[in-house]
Amino acid sequence: MRKSAQRVGILLVVLTFGTAVMAADSVTVLPGPDAAEQLQEALITAEPGSTINLAEGRFEIIDGLSLDIADITIRGVGMDQTILSFDGQKGGGEGFLITSDNVILEDFAVENSKGDGIKSKAADQITYRRIRVEWTGGPDETNGAYGIYPVESKNVLIEDCVVRGASDAGIYVGQSENIIVRNSTAAYNVAGIEIENSKYADVYGNTVTHNTGGILVFDLPNLPVMGGHSVRVFDNRVVDNDTDNFAPAGNILGMVGRGTGIMVMANRNVHVFANTLKNNDTVHVLIATYPNDFDDDNYIPHPRAVMVRQNIYEEGGARPAGDVGDIISNVTGTPVPDIVWDGVVPLTEWVTWTSAEDRIYIQEPEGTTFANLKMIQNTLYPWGASPDRAIADYAGTLPEPKAVTLPQLKPGN
Amino acid sequence: MQQGQLMRAMRVSLLLCLLALCLPGARSLAAGVNEAALLNEKPARLLSEYNLFSDGPAQIPVDGVLPYDLVTPLFSDYASKLRFVHVPLGKTAAYADPEVFDFPVGSALIKTFAYPADLRAPQKDVRLIETRLLIRQPDGWKAWAYVWNDDMRDARLKLAGKRLHIETIGLDGGPLEIDYAVPNANQCKGCHALGKTITPIGPAARHLNRDYVYREGVDNQLLAWSKRQILSAAPRPQDAPRAANWQDTSEPIDRRARSYLDINCAHCHRLEGPASNSGLVLTFGESDKRRWGHRKRPVAAGRGSGGYTYDIDPGKATSSILIFRMKSQDPGIMMPELGRSLVHSEAVTMLEAWIDQME
Repeated sequence: MRKSAQRVGILLVVLTFGTAVMAADSVTVLPGPDAAEQLQEALITAEPGSTINLAEGRFEIIDGLSLDIADITIRGVGMDQTILSFDGQKGGGEGFLITSDNVILEDFAVENSKGDGIKSKAADQITYRRIRVEWTGGPDETNGAYGIYPVESKNVLIEDCVVRGASDAGIYVGQSENIIVRNSTAAYNVAGIEIENSKYADVYGNTVTHNTGGILVFDLPNLPVMGGHSVRVFDNRVVDNDTDNFAPAGNILGMVGRGTGIMVMANRNVHVFANTLKNNDTVHVLIATYPNDFDDDNYIPHPRAVMVRQNIYEEGGARPAGDVGDIISNVTGTPVPDIVWDGVVPLTEWVTWTSAEDRIYIQEPEGTTFANLKMIQNTLYPWGASPDRAIADYAGTLPEPKAVTLPQLKPGN
Repeated sequence: MQQGQLMRAMRVSLLLCLLALCLPGARSLAAGVNEAALLNEKPARLLSEYNLFSDGPAQIPVDGVLPYDLVTPLFSDYASKLRFVHVPLGKTAAYADPEVFDFPVGSALIKTFAYPADLRAPQKDVRLIETRLLIRQPDGWKAWAYVWNDDMRDARLKLAGKRLHIETIGLDGGPLEIDYAVPNANQCKGCHALGKTITPIGPAARHLNRDYVYREGVDNQLLAWSKRQILSAAPRPQDAPRAANWQDTSEPIDRRARSYLDINCAHCHRLEGPASNSGLVLTFGESDKRRWGHRKRPVAAGRGSGGYTYDIDPGKATSSILIFRMKSQDPGIMMPELGRSLVHSEAVTMLEAWIDQME
């Protein structure tokens, strides 16, 4: 059976700083009629520390691939040269599932998986580098939900990746901690990048365009891991998000209005700064409370300690869409202000005050527009409520979370 | 189920083969289990090397390998399943509840999947498909699948999984084609992973607590295992928990439904399982309504939600995501994700009735 994966057995001698010597085994899989079986067998029989090389070409895969061995690198020759195609997929909830630690995925593409693209679950140190996950037919509700999908994972690095066409989130990090998503492109997804029920995340240098929603930082109830916090979203280009919401009905993201640039829902200690926002149809930045009823004593539906500062706002909010777009624009008119907060706080705070460390702070360049929708008042006495547009009243600062560091980015590692 | 009958019929049909005494896969009736092969880190290439069966093709076990059955089995595309347990002589599995028994090193759980030519006559013209082994080695359980050769004499190790085209006659009398998937070694973990380790699913007290037709006569399986000294510290059957047979209409529908979901879903849908991130927990003992799906909203279901709001919408099976996903055959929607390509429509009907009567 070994004849399958061409076991090259090269001794790779890597000299790092002239001292460390690492020997590793390497296997190369070539495209062909038996490639799927060969690749899966290589994924099962690989020795920890080895590399599985994927040659140039198109690999037709009909069942989900999976890896459960630690310390493995899977490397193609480029995200447009090495393509794992799932056009004929018959089984598996995702294209590729990784459940082991210290795995590096580099330079290949996953196309048209029936469910999610690449999922890593309960993995410590997972790196996605120059990976493309795409549904090539463009936005369609029958596309898979998530493109790059680490969940319940730790030390997650996603860099220089491209995700297109996900019917939920292109890059979705859920119930995880210590996360960097950088220099990647998310386009034509329902959500470009979503950080959900996660803590310690840096999202920067990404281009997020032509999605329904750009970058979402969410916390949802009734999950094993809740209480997302300490997220920094900065230096991203969140532009031209203008794709109609194509999430399958019933999906929580179905509520996201077409062209919501950056959205913070629930969560604590989220800092949004130095992003460029342009031509987002509904609103550039939305800060909101979880809108559904829930039954979970441990869940806090309100965004707490959110800092929005020094972003660049250009045209936007001119074509609000969807239920949320309607709710906002009914209160604010169009164009919708650059930053919108629903103004919903716990009732005890509504009748008293919110302490300083829990508030929403906005520190933006002159001319930035803002509205607190005051949705509680709006619901209680819609005839007498009007939005609060006095952006200066929200000035202030919060201590910023420390930059995320990852073990796989340490020199020598 | 009809597996007792199936066994008997296969024994009869195989008598002929035994008379021929010409099967290279068949070993001497007297030889015992090849314990060394079970403990070898590398799996054997052929199933016969373990010597688990005195007659592999007829699925007649050697001494020291005991057949068993479950109260409610996991649905696997209508495949018949023949289950066997081996515990090394002088050792016992320790009784546990609600988890599976704690098996000693050297134990093996053996499950053969088979299809008759007509599902309505499960004992006739049975074709063996694959035999899966769970072997308890010193560093944990190992899972291997062996696919039966076309000549049915032996089964060969299959690490990367395989798709098999099966044609049979369905319960409705119509032709039934099954795109049967033999799992690869990782997919075994897809169901059998508890945290980071592989674990059996079936041999827990509640699933085994039923009668079985042994060669020597009918006996409760917990009792039989205790008598044969492969199980220790088991309470009397009447003091042990018992799952409900999902087809047994004399049982309350709540027990039938939860029992079915337990064996079919809870190996993933539990806090330590592969589907933990969904927040949906379908273990038999889960008492938090929201957790087992009652008005629970989906999280990462993607198009698996089908536009519905709740996993279980009480009183409304037609708008419950659980039913929607069990009825689907689309890999991006269907549940379970592994182990079936067909819809278990009889069970879906039962679960629909359960949800429809729910307040």
